[in-house]
Formats: sequence, C-alpha cells, structure tokens
Amino acid sequence: MKVAFFPGCMVDMIYPEVGIAAVNVLERLGCDVEMPEEQVCCGQGLINSGYRKETVPAAKMIVDAYETSEYDTIVSLTGSCMNAIINDYPLVFQDDPEYLERTRKLKERFFEFTDFIVNRLGVTDLGASFHDSVTYHKSCHVTRLLGVAEPPLELLRSVKGLEYIEMEHADRCCGFGGTFSFKQPVIAGEIVYEKCQTIIDTGANVICGADVPCLLNIKGALGRMRADGRLDRDIRVMHIAQILDSKE
Amino acid sequence: MSILYNTEATLAERVDECLADDFKHNAIKAAQEAFYAKRGQLVEEMGEGWQQLRMHAMEVRNHVTENLDYYVKQFAQNAEANGCIMHYAPTGDDALWEVLDIFESHGAAYAVKSKSMMTEEVGLNEILEEAGVRVTETDCAENILQTAGSKPSHIVVPALHFNRTAIADIYREKRGYEGSDVPEEITHFLRKILRHEFLEAEVGIRGCNFAVAETGSVTLVTNEGNGRMVDSLPKVQVVFVGIDRIVPDLESLDTVMALLPRSAVGSKMTAYFSLDSGPRGAGEADGPEEVHIVLMDNGRHELANSEFQDMLRCMRCGACLNICPVYRHITGHGYGSIYPGPMGLVLTPGLVGYDKVDNMVYACSLCGACTEHCPVSIPIHDLVRQHRINIVEQGKNHKVEVPIFKALSLFWSSVPVYMLGMKVGAPIMELMAKDGALDASTAWIPVVNGWTSTRDFDVLSKSRFRTWFKEHKQEQAMAEGGER
Repeated sequence: MKVAFFPGCMVDMIYPEVGIAAVNVLERLGCDVEMPEEQVCCGQGLINSGYRKETVPAAKMIVDAYETSEYDTIVSLTGSCMNAIINDYPLVFQDDPEYLERTRKLKERFFEFTDFIVNRLGVTDLGASFHDSVTYHKSCHVTRLLGVAEPPLELLRSVKGLEYIEMEHADRCCGFGGTFSFKQPVIAGEIVYEKCQTIIDTGANVICGADVPCLLNIKGALGRMRADGRLDRDIRVMHIAQILDSKE
Repeated sequence: MSILYNTEATLAERVDECLADDFKHNAIKAAQEAFYAKRGQLVEEMGEGWQQLRMHAMEVRNHVTENLDYYVKQFAQNAEANGCIMHYAPTGDDALWEVLDIFESHGAAYAVKSKSMMTEEVGLNEILEEAGVRVTETDCAENILQTAGSKPSHIVVPALHFNRTAIADIYREKRGYEGSDVPEEITHFLRKILRHEFLEAEVGIRGCNFAVAETGSVTLVTNEGNGRMVDSLPKVQVVFVGIDRIVPDLESLDTVMALLPRSAVGSKMTAYFSLDSGPRGAGEADGPEEVHIVLMDNGRHELANSEFQDMLRCMRCGACLNICPVYRHITGHGYGSIYPGPMGLVLTPGLVGYDKVDNMVYACSLCGACTEHCPVSIPIHDLVRQHRINIVEQGKNHKVEVPIFKALSLFWSSVPVYMLGMKVGAPIMELMAKDGALDASTAWIPVVNGWTSTRDFDVLSKSRFRTWFKEHKQEQAMAEGGER
C-alpha cells in the first residue's frame, strides 16, 4: 500500500530518530512510504495563539502538499498536528471555499499512526520485542480529540517482553499546549511535574507516547527533576514507533 | 464584588500567590479527585444513557437560546400570572437600581441571601451595604467567605481554600466562636446565628438554577437547606434570574436536573430542591408575601448573537473546573474572576470585554478535557481559542509578540527559510546545550526562558528527518535498480 507520511515538524527538527523508526515500521508492514518535500509545519502554534491569518500560508502548504490524487492514504505520526489539520483548518480557511473543500477531502484520508496500523491494516502484533517496563501517556489530542484510545495500547500489549504499567490519570494533559508552555511556564511546569510524578510512581523504566510534543515536554521535565534531585533514576522517553521498531 | 477581582495583580502574580499556598493547592487537587471519581462512577452506571441525556439537554438549551425572546416573555408572563412582580434588567446596574427601589419602598434594612452567582456578578452586596442594608450570606461557604472577606475559589464550592482550622479561626476572630475545629460544632454555631437572622430579615435574596417558562416557576438547588429559609421566611423575596437560566417546561427541567448534580458534585440529586411558583397563596402556611423577580441580561443577549452562543447552554455545574489541569493548580483565585476555570475563560471576557480582562485566556493548554466533560457539550476549549483569535483580530494582543508570530508564519511556510533557520539554529543551540538539552542555566535568555525556567529543552537535531528520508528513498531506488 502506498502511503504519504506526515511526520510533524518536531520530528523533523528535534527527533528524526522517531520518524525513522516509524518509516521502518510502516515499510516492514509492506507500505510504500512517500513524503512530499514541500511541507514544514501545520501551523497549530499560530492558530492556537489566535493568529488565524498568519496560519494560512503554513496550512495552505500542507494542503497543497498532501491533497493530491497521488496520496489516497496519509499517515500522521503526530496526532496533535493531524487534529489541527482535519479539525482546525476549517476555521483557518473559513473565508476560502476552495481550501475548505480540499481540507474536507484531506480529512477522509488522514490516519493517525497507531490507528492506521491497527484499524486500517488490521495488525496488532508487529513482531517487536522490548524487554522493559513501560507506561503510556494518553495524549489529549490523540486520545480525546481524535478518539484514538485503544490502538496504541493494543500495539503495546502485543510487544514481546513488554511489561505495561498504567499510570494514574494517564489521559490528563501533560501541560504542553503549544505556545501555552512558553507563555505560562509556571502553570505548565506544575502540570508536567505532576504528570512526571505519576510516571515515576508507576516504577516503569520507560514512558512512551504517541504524540511527539508531549514527549518533548515530559522529557524536559524529567530531565529537570533528575537534575534537581526530585528524580533519582533514569527514565527513558520513547515514542511508540520506537518501541514498535525494537528488537531488544 | 463584580465579575473581576484582584485586578491590580497580574495573572503571573495571582498564580504565584496560589502556588505558594500549599493548603489551597492541595485542597483543590483533592476536591478534583473526589468529584472526578464520584462523577465518573455515576456516568459509567448510566452507560449510553449519559450521552443521550447530554444530547437531549443540548437540544433543549439550544432551543431556548435560539428562541430566547419568546421564552423570556413566556416566563415573565407566567411568573406574573403567579403573582410575582417582574423587573427586567438589561444591565447589572439596572438590576441594582431595581433592587434598591424594592428595599426603599419597604424601608427594609436587613436581608438574608442564599448563594447566587448573578448577585455576585453585579456586586449586589457592596451596593446594598453602601445603602445601609445589612446583608447576611446564609450558604455556609458564602458565609465563611463573607465573614473572612475572601473571594470564591470555585463556582459550586466557593470556600474550598479554607480548612476546618482556618474556618474555626475566622469565626473566633469575627464572631466570637469559642468551640473546637470540629466541623459539626462550627456548623452548629453557624446554625444558631443564622436562625436568628432568618427570622429578623425583611428581605430574602436568592438566585435561580433554572426558571421554567411554562409554569413561571423558579428553582433552587442546595445541599444545606438554608436556601429554603431564605425563600420562605422573609416577607419579601427577590429572585435573581439570568435570562440564560430558562427551560421551556417541567419535562426539560427534569432533563437538566438529571445532569446538574451529577456533573457538579457527582450526586444523583441534592439534599434540597425547591420549585417556587409565586408568593404565598391564600390558606398557605408559609412563603413570602411578595416575590420580585429580577430577570437580568447583563450581556447575555449579546453572547447569544455571537460566536459564543454555545456558552448560553452553560448550567454553572463546575464540571469543567473539576477536570481542568490548569484550574487544578491555580484555583479560582488564579483567574481573578468569579467565573474561573474553563467556563470562566469563555464567560469572563464574553461578559466584561477584552479591554478589561488580562491575559487569562492564555491560561489554557486547549487539552479539551472540559469539552469532553461538559454535560451540555459546549466546545469550551474551542471557544477559549476563539477569544484568542478575536483578541488578535481586534488588535488587542500584546504588540511585542506580533513580530515573533509573523516570523513563525514565514518560517513554517517556506522550506528554504525553514532549512536556513535549522542550519543557523542547530549549532547555536548545540553550543548552549548540556547533554543535548538546554538546562536551567539558560533560564536567563528571553523567550527561551519561557520554557527553560521550568523544563529542559531538547536541542535541534544536527540533521533533518527529511534529509534522511530523501537519502533512504534514493538508497531504496538504487537497490531496486540493482535487483533489476
């Protein structure tokens, strides 16, 4: 199956290894993965800060890149960005019937990474093995806004050797929230420290998620807590794609 | 008090103040956990029925908003037919004048009140006190706040920020209480003072959870029963009704009442529920002789005709506060509005305007938990963002941030500009980094410290994913070529 891959800009900027793992997984499942070059960012940070007009160029670029007849299936590695594209672009393009219609068409073809594997390809066991204890953060936009709740858990349960430990309030926000985490660092800090404490309390060695922005935030907070003594051991932060690509 | 309070402090100062108060911080967290668990259990018990009820309530509430004038008129006519005296108040000031007139015409100088957000919204207590009227709050929590001179930290349980010791101290200092910190004993003391005041008061002032258009009735939902004293003992009663409180008939009242206590406190019903239709009738044993209903707009019509129309469905249950990750830490006091939390972020600027609110609408991570938990499915987090959009489009945003967002707009919509940014940015970040991340030592750098004051920030990768992908595809093509 030919799929167009949408990594999300944070994968491109900060975590290319997450994108590489996801491509490995998709290719192992028999997908012919392609990626248009003319795309950067979905613009979510702009629209969520109220800058609707400023979002238009980035949004148009995404629609132009992915809404072509070549791609009948698009796989998004970042649920938050996918949510922005399919659910928020109608607001961005509210005065532009052409792009409004193209966004609608795009929506039908967009799949979140784990949802695509489980519900589109019908696969849960990818033959991965990962011998460690893992807890999973249920990112707001993947779980709540896209409604992709079970697929990541089904995939994790099928990984050989993986011990899954559920954290308390796994679906509570990590406090990222895009520009929120820059504009309100104190509040965002409180939220993510509490999230990290629930992670620490599971005793798991690995915190895994399906949305890169949350992982950036959680990793940053765990790092800070490790540095100032609130955390006395190393906890690995991994994207689910990296676990699914593992043979360890 | 009016809608905003503590306006001299900035959002950041209010937040710091809340976080410095460990008791308050922990009390709100514990309350959230308790409400969350209790509500969750009831919702689970109802299964599919919960979503059907939500849907039905949404339809009922939307129907009223879309036909607001019709139902306002119907309610007013029927309440009048029941013997109530109607006062229509387009603004909060109008409502205050109406109430002052009522007090003046009776020469009344003493009133008891049950909890009412509408009276808080217009600052009724202050105005009455200025006019020489003594006003006693009789809802336990409101009485604590009034005695302490404190502000509500929650819309349903407003004195959540005080523990039993603090409450006992407040009454010791202000009212001569001599008992222990045991809640029952404090409550007994309060009951004794209040009994006397119920009998003395000339006017009872109360709010209304829902007003029933078909019967002209007003309702009162409480857990203590003091509201019942307010609405039955004084000879004159003043009922504050927001025009957004109206439901068409008793059947729709049943629908919204099935949702309200479950969403608010995780109970199937409250201890007391009153449905009052007019003053004491001939031969009736109790009830006021005169009932005045102040039907208040105060910006609600305007909201109904704006992109915030959905907000008129709000039942003031507080479910969104009880699930909000931000409210959890900053409490009601962090917002500096009598309407705090997610619903408050929509309602407060909607009622007072963007010129008066500070940057509170940015105190939201847009996680959507409020929307998911709202019993009438208000897209709360989308409406918070709508305020942000309006603020930018009306030019009321902070001017210093404009060039940053303009630059991001360019950066995120041009591959060459983006790649240049990466080429320049990655080595600079690398220089400042320790073990691949910007740590606390970078917290002095403007903008960057927005993040690094509380968390480390992983630096830009040396190479781009897109570069790897291109090479990967080339390798694949070469391998395929080789196979052929």
